[in-house]
Amino acid sequence: MAERARTLAMGQDEATGAGRAGVDAPFGHALVEAAKSRPEIVGLTADLGKYTDILPYRDAHPDRFFNVGMAEQNLVAVAAGLARTGKIPFATTYGVFATRRAYDYIAIAVAHSRINVKIVAGLPGLTTGYGGTHQAIEDLALMRMVPDLVVIDPCDATDIRQATLAIAEHDGPVYMRLLRGKVPVVLDPKAYAFRIGKAAEIRTGGDVGIISTGLMTERAIDAAEALEKRGISAGVLHVPTIKPFDADAVAAFAAKVDRVVTAENHVVVGGLASLVAETLFEKGLVKPLTRIGIPDRYIECGSVPHLQAKYGLATERMVETIAKAA
Amino acid sequence: MALRNHPSETPDIAALKLRATSLRRHMLAMASGQGAGYIGQGLGMADVLAALYFHELRHDPGDVTWAERDRFLLSTGHYSIALWAALAEAGVLPVAELSTYGADDSRLDMSTLDTTPGVEVIGGSLGHGLGQGVGQALGLRLDKSPARVFVELSDGEMQEGATWEAAMSASSFRLDNLVALIDCNGIQADGKVVLDMEPVADKWRAFGWETQEIDGNDMAAVVGALKAARAAGGKPHAIVLRTLPGRGVPTLETREKAHFVRVDPGEWNDLIREFEKEAANG
Ligand SMILES: Cc1ncc(C[n+]2csc(CCOP(=O)(O)OP(=O)(O)O)c2C)c(N)n1
Repeated sequence: MAERARTLAMGQDEATGAGRAGVDAPFGHALVEAAKSRPEIVGLTADLGKYTDILPYRDAHPDRFFNVGMAEQNLVAVAAGLARTGKIPFATTYGVFATRRAYDYIAIAVAHSRINVKIVAGLPGLTTGYGGTHQAIEDLALMRMVPDLVVIDPCDATDIRQATLAIAEHDGPVYMRLLRGKVPVVLDPKAYAFRIGKAAEIRTGGDVGIISTGLMTERAIDAAEALEKRGISAGVLHVPTIKPFDADAVAAFAAKVDRVVTAENHVVVGGLASLVAETLFEKGLVKPLTRIGIPDRYIECGSVPHLQAKYGLATERMVETIAKAA
Repeated sequence: MALRNHPSETPDIAALKLRATSLRRHMLAMASGQGAGYIGQGLGMADVLAALYFHELRHDPGDVTWAERDRFLLSTGHYSIALWAALAEAGVLPVAELSTYGADDSRLDMSTLDTTPGVEVIGGSLGHGLGQGVGQALGLRLDKSPARVFVELSDGEMQEGATWEAAMSASSFRLDNLVALIDCNGIQADGKVVLDMEPVADKWRAFGWETQEIDGNDMAAVVGALKAARAAGGKPHAIVLRTLPGRGVPTLETREKAHFVRVDPGEWNDLIREFEKEAANG
């Protein structure tokens, strides 16, 4: 019997990029950097410090770091309380527990009061093999429905560093997805600048326009290169901020291509695909749309590469899907 | 065909200890195949699971849907390695299937889904077990069923508010058909338990539970506590289990207490040998 791949242990790198250089714990190191000019920063976690890359901050500021135990509702409530005393709390847990368990606290204690809390959420989408309890497949949809919340899905180590610095300066509530461990560098830090609410055109193309967010931007770039070889010209628009959404950039990008493809590490309902469809329709721009993302179902346990290939998120599967549609 | 299990009038402690050894053997085989797994937690809970599946629980390995079965809810889905071992040893699952633990397309995942036979609720999003146990205990009481509900939960889960919401409701509803088995192994994801939680037993007492506190690796104590928890005094029962992660493998017992005990790939055979030596000495 051929050896089947196995679910990786919690904490092992599961989302690292193919053949790209990586940076260790870019979030934790960027938080230490941000705290140099923003001493009001405090760090919190709910028994997932080891697994959300916040330990560099804890080690640098042990007196400003609070582990509230496995209690996500309390995590968000305590963060809100700290923010009311002028602190800038960065609170980490996994996306599923932040959004599902602590939703009411995020909606009321944080967003309704426009409290300056940053929620940093590990294991976005299909980056863990632990099954439906751990895969945050619908967090972007849940979070984009919360008024006044900024929602960010970074692509790589460059995005994470720059976004961490940017949200530390932004006075208001933020939900940011985290890529942890050794995170690949996809975007050139010299050429790219993250700005809250702004999309970035990474590549231009005429046949197909791939609008992507989070780690799917890396795959979109690789897929576009592969499509080029097949004679299909594909552009890539990276949309790291889900809310506020850069509707103008999306419309301008979509206007240039024959077909729009959305690519998200998230269920295809309620997230990026829905946002793009709403935006284009509102602008009176009708284009065929192919949605790449997690299907509208719970995903089983398994090894991440197996699951990503099975559900169409792997680069080769994206190429197939787009080539077929184009 | 395995027979229905029910509590024995004269529990054979030596035989139950052998069952616990057998569960540990299954778990070590699974973890060495998987390369990781929650072996520390599983070894710590082996005695309790052996006492449940081979003594205290009324269950039918041939019919996991038997209406009058006692329910065992594993709230800590990550302890699945221990449940798979118990279900295989009891005859619910084939022992040969254990080698698929954590493999793609296996039913024996690193966390528990209720689609695998013998699993009563989806575990893993921690803090879910006790409330669902309260609901099942209420439902069974409405049906005048003799079945009882046993919920395993961890010390980490006592940090979730929902655990105490469930605890308060259980005593208010006077659910004496409910038993909480609280695995106090002293560790959680970030290492040693990160909050001050003692005195744990007093907390359960204060919430209206008939509470015992025992060494969860002492088979006679476990069997005795389970017997005491049969009392129909109108109060739910809590058994605070002090367990030792890695129990049965001296190297793991003394290794740094971590949620994921560190084991090098080449080390498993030594650990298994060590375990067998320990087991042979009783
Ligand atoms: C609601 C929830 N929050 C966080 C986690 C992530 N997590 C998995 S195991 C674990 C430790 C929980 O403590 P405990 O069960 O006592 O740990 P163990 O004894 O297994 O080390 C955590 C925080 C989770 N599964 N569910």
